Amino acid sequence: MSQATLRVQKISGHAGSVPGEDTQREFTVCKLIDTTTCIGCKACEVACVEWNDLPFGETVFDNTYQTMPQTRWNYWNLILFNEHEREDGSLMWLMRKNQCMHCADPGCLAACPADGAIVQYTNGIVDFQQANCIGCGYCITGCPFDIPKMNPKTHRVFKCTLCTDRVSEGLEPACIKSCPTGCLHFGTKDDMKDLAEKRAKQLREHSNFPNAGVYDPPGVGGTGVIYVLHDASNPEIYGGLPSNPHVPWTVKLWKGPLKWLGNVAMIGGLIGLFVHYLRYGPKAREEEDIGPGGTKT
Amino acid sequence: MSHPEQIIPHGHILRYNLRERLTHWVAAASYMYLLATGLAFWSPWLFWMAVILGGAPVSRILHPWAGLIFFASVWMMYVMWAPQMKHTDADRKWWAAVRYYSTNQDDKMPPAGRYNAGQKFLFWGFFWSAVALLASGVVLWFPEYIPWNLRFLRYLSILIHPAAALFTIGLFMIHLYMGIFAERGAFGSVIRGDVSIAFAKRYHPGWYDEIVGESSSPRK
Ligand code: HEM
Ligand code: SF4
Ligand code: SF4
Repeated sequence: MSQATLRVQKISGHAGSVPGEDTQREFTVCKLIDTTTCIGCKACEVACVEWNDLPFGETVFDNTYQTMPQTRWNYWNLILFNEHEREDGSLMWLMRKNQCMHCADPGCLAACPADGAIVQYTNGIVDFQQANCIGCGYCITGCPFDIPKMNPKTHRVFKCTLCTDRVSEGLEPACIKSCPTGCLHFGTKDDMKDLAEKRAKQLREHSNFPNAGVYDPPGVGGTGVIYVLHDASNPEIYGGLPSNPHVPWTVKLWKGPLKWLGNVAMIGGLIGLFVHYLRYGPKAREEEDIGPGGTKT
Repeated sequence: MSHPEQIIPHGHILRYNLRERLTHWVAAASYMYLLATGLAFWSPWLFWMAVILGGAPVSRILHPWAGLIFFASVWMMYVMWAPQMKHTDADRKWWAAVRYYSTNQDDKMPPAGRYNAGQKFLFWGFFWSAVALLASGVVLWFPEYIPWNLRFLRYLSILIHPAAALFTIGLFMIHLYMGIFAERGAFGSVIRGDVSIAFAKRYHPGWYDEIVGESSSPRK
């Protein structure tokens, strides 16, 4: 089995260098989701649960197609159904396949304190290694897309792996295989961007969607999952897709300046106290401070 | 009002009773565990501390529980000591002269009571930090149950918790330095409970006068 595609370029909670960083001239992989041709059939959901061998969970029925409100630790791929009224009063039924976005700058990985619990391979896939996870849930706070989900029994987080096991064998992710309308595509990031832009142009020029565009948010360095949207100016209508996702600034402050400031202050404090002792010594050493039994107190 | 019952033979005075000493060591033990496990998750360079303490998942499970014990002991201190920790005019004078204190010129210091102003600062610093650590720690304990639209709680806690911890680490280092190295006799007071009369007179003359009373002289 070739592990070439699984070289690691980013590791969570890791001291020292990262083995695979800048070692490879490799295409990053990408999944393209064309929301304009999704029919909400949920074939991809089934394929995901099947391939990843995930136990079934209870669904909810509230007279809509939305059988669960969000992805779960054992349900990584969920179609979000949204009814949207346009300005002219016409109704649009928007369907968005929701899953991990495989961010180029993953907030989950930045937040994680456990060595190797989250890795990013050189092909761009962000993968959780449950064996190294300590169950702290920092990744939940780091992710701008609300993706990592805790298994309450094992207290480990799970999410879409972009079928890294299949991809490393040269196969497409399971969801891609199952889509009956061809709204899912998989390939290199460059190819998918190209295809997505062409489709968006088609929608703008021939299908009366003047705001059609590609969702590849720069705030997280771009994503390994990109969308074609009828209205790219308003991604929020697609089940709360953030219009400008960022790793939360408090997470950046925490893992950046605060960390440095804290470390310098702690080491500086220790050195300062030591030097103070060398300079001034203990406060009093007279005879009268002899304790009971003649011990020095 | 004098407290002759606190005067014990061989020129010693009882400074901390058993309840005070026990509370102190419950706080100290839980704090040091929290410090080691917390720092392990603070920096990848210190992750090994969690490994030594039974593995990182174990540390993750026990840290919040140790936090509850720590908070309970700090609360106990609040109940026992808060009235004695009120800031007074004498404390303002103490702070004004703090450079003499830090350079061991204690004879130039205005007299302190049972606690000097620095100790009072330590107490309140730890108390309010413990409140902040508890509030933010509970959010960090159960991040998966914080609803998405309340996520600012997580974003805040992730900053407040380590910031408050760092503040207590500063206090803690000074506390250890004073108690073990600088003020000889202080460590014994929280183990055996007593201090020498010389210690009491030197560092806490106000308290000494209160115990011994104006009229009575200490038994030797
Ligand atoms: C008072 C109750 C407390 C609770 C409920 C609590 C809870 C937590 C939780 C749930 C975490 C997340 C990861 C972990 O479990 O280690 C954490 C992290 C941490 N805790 Fe606490 N804790 C408390 C008190 C303290 C205290 C007194 C300290 C003092 C040193 C401390 C220092 C830390 C540090 C340094 C971290 C890591 C922060 C980071 O990753 O940057 N905690 N705490
Ligand atoms: S819960 Fe998330 S952040 Fe914490 S160790 Fe596991 S993967 Fe890392
Ligand atoms: S979407 Fe969330 S879980 Fe997925 S890579 Fe980005 S930050 Fe991590």
